[in-house]
Amino acid sequence: MTSAVRRRFVLAIPWLWVTLVLFAPLLLVLKISFATAQISVPPYSEFFARTDGVIVGIQATLANYALMFSDALYVKAYLGSVKIAAISTVIALLLGYPMAYAIARARPERRGLLLVLVMLPFWTSFLVRIYAWQTLLRPTGLINSALETLGLIDAPLRMLNTPGAVCLGIVYAYLPFMVLPLYARLEKLDPALLEAAADLGAKPWRAFLSVTLPLSLPGVLAGCLLVFIPAVGEYVIPELMGGPDTLMIGKILWTEFFNNRDWPLASAVTVILLIVLVAPIMLFQAVQARASRSP
Amino acid sequence: MAPVLRIDAVTKRFGAVVAVDDVSIDIGANECVALLGASGCGKTTLLRIMAGLEQPDSGRVFIGDDDVTAAPPYARPVNMMFQSYALFPHMTVHENVAFGLKQDGIKGAELTVRADEALKAVELGDLGARKPHQLSGGQRQRVALARCIAKRPRVLLLDEPMAALDKHLRERTQLELLALRKRLGISFVVVTHDQGEAMAMADRVAVMENGRILQLAPPRDLYERPANIQVARFFGDINVWNGVARSDGAVEIAHLGITVAVDGKHVPGESVAVALRPERIAVAPVGGPGLRGRIEDLVYLGSGTTYFVRTPLGGVVRVLAPNTGTPFAHGESVTLTWPAAALMVLAP
Repeated sequence: MTSAVRRRFVLAIPWLWVTLVLFAPLLLVLKISFATAQISVPPYSEFFARTDGVIVGIQATLANYALMFSDALYVKAYLGSVKIAAISTVIALLLGYPMAYAIARARPERRGLLLVLVMLPFWTSFLVRIYAWQTLLRPTGLINSALETLGLIDAPLRMLNTPGAVCLGIVYAYLPFMVLPLYARLEKLDPALLEAAADLGAKPWRAFLSVTLPLSLPGVLAGCLLVFIPAVGEYVIPELMGGPDTLMIGKILWTEFFNNRDWPLASAVTVILLIVLVAPIMLFQAVQARASRSP
Repeated sequence: MAPVLRIDAVTKRFGAVVAVDDVSIDIGANECVALLGASGCGKTTLLRIMAGLEQPDSGRVFIGDDDVTAAPPYARPVNMMFQSYALFPHMTVHENVAFGLKQDGIKGAELTVRADEALKAVELGDLGARKPHQLSGGQRQRVALARCIAKRPRVLLLDEPMAALDKHLRERTQLELLALRKRLGISFVVVTHDQGEAMAMADRVAVMENGRILQLAPPRDLYERPANIQVARFFGDINVWNGVARSDGAVEIAHLGITVAVDGKHVPGESVAVALRPERIAVAPVGGPGLRGRIEDLVYLGSGTTYFVRTPLGGVVRVLAPNTGTPFAHGESVTLTWPAAALMVLAP
């Protein structure tokens, strides 16, 4: 094989993977989103109209998309998801940045241990950890009973099944995704730059704002996207820790798909969600491309 | 005149390692002092103590009359040019230079004027809009320099300023730095491991080893009157012979079979070291007075040739002769002579 052929062959593997697991299912979802729900297997109308096995036309409808803009429920669910995801992302950033900074500034032989500690929660089941939060937060849970024993409160605080609990769950679950890209960026930061800033008369806080922060911005963006994007579509955390007033698009998706068996509508919800999420990714790409031009 | 910067009995330890060991040094106004030594001798730590980037364990640091021992780097009127230059990669050249001025509260037109001035001083006036990664190594060094001098520091600290430059650029930059220093009238402290660079740039050189200053003197004195063998060896090749002082004041060097008259009062029987630079020795064909020997080895260097001459009693003398007359051949017998003043008596 010539090196050109070999290179193409090597590139073919990721392309094949992306095609199989990303584009093909996506096209299927897109196709279903134009169908109408019906009681059959599969539970939606055919995309192609056939007569005696010969394709004579396509039967597509935009009704599913139209519904999403006419029914306030969906708009509210999208906005609710984006709001909760955004709040969680900001909290994760405020918590994750100092953590990543501290790890990056720790002695090199300590950094490995600290990173393992950040990722340690991943070693137990996600569901088990969310159930653990339930036992902590519920009215008869550890926190409430401790506060009551101490006489600080008379009646249990409502903590579980609130939007706050959902944010807490998301921050808790996705914090490592914030810490890791930030750490990777901060660890590469040349300490001499901060020394130079100090030498040139910048007090520590100013040096941070004018040197550390701008240079870690790509890490901030990567971390925020890694938290924000899965948080928008999050289903398990709002289901287990949210209340009836926590409207998130992941729950709607589940209901449409499994309870109402309306696959076309669920597909349309997914397509819109995808479009909502692609925008920040494009932004991230543009910023990354600019950052890679300046080392 | 009072020193601009004074280091008084400063000691700095890192764990069990004493990086700087009870060092005192004064930097005069408009003076260039080089801290010279091998890596790990404490020269960079000493520079960082001057900048305030390291805190000494004991001793004091003064700038003018002010005790700045406890002052953080941002409160000291000195600036440091880092070995890596430490330019801010996300800022343009102009923003890099303006950064330090902004910290002093300089704004608007004055900020632009002073940053432009500094860039012009290093002949980078038209590159202000570039980012550091778009510059060559030499240009980056100038930006680092401009960033420091824009602040008009009392003392400019330079950490291995030429280390990242190629040899050709190095010599030119040395001369430019010297010219710039004259024009600006600020003191320089230069850390270097290159004795040639130290001698070319500095008014005085502090030779350091194991955290101590072995000798602090003008370059000529270090070369011609080194305080001890370590300093002598640091500045180029040298012949060092062990001798014994005699009652008549001369020193007998047993393994060469010669007696030399030296200026110095030594107790008879005391052992001394006598050093002689290879280029101070003249080589001549056999005949006439002098130390006889046979050329055992020679290295042609272009402008000169190094001869290794074995004397009858077994000692080898290193000679550097200019390539002007007829060259001597391998195995040829020669006579070596030197002026009496070329001999240096050192503490062994």
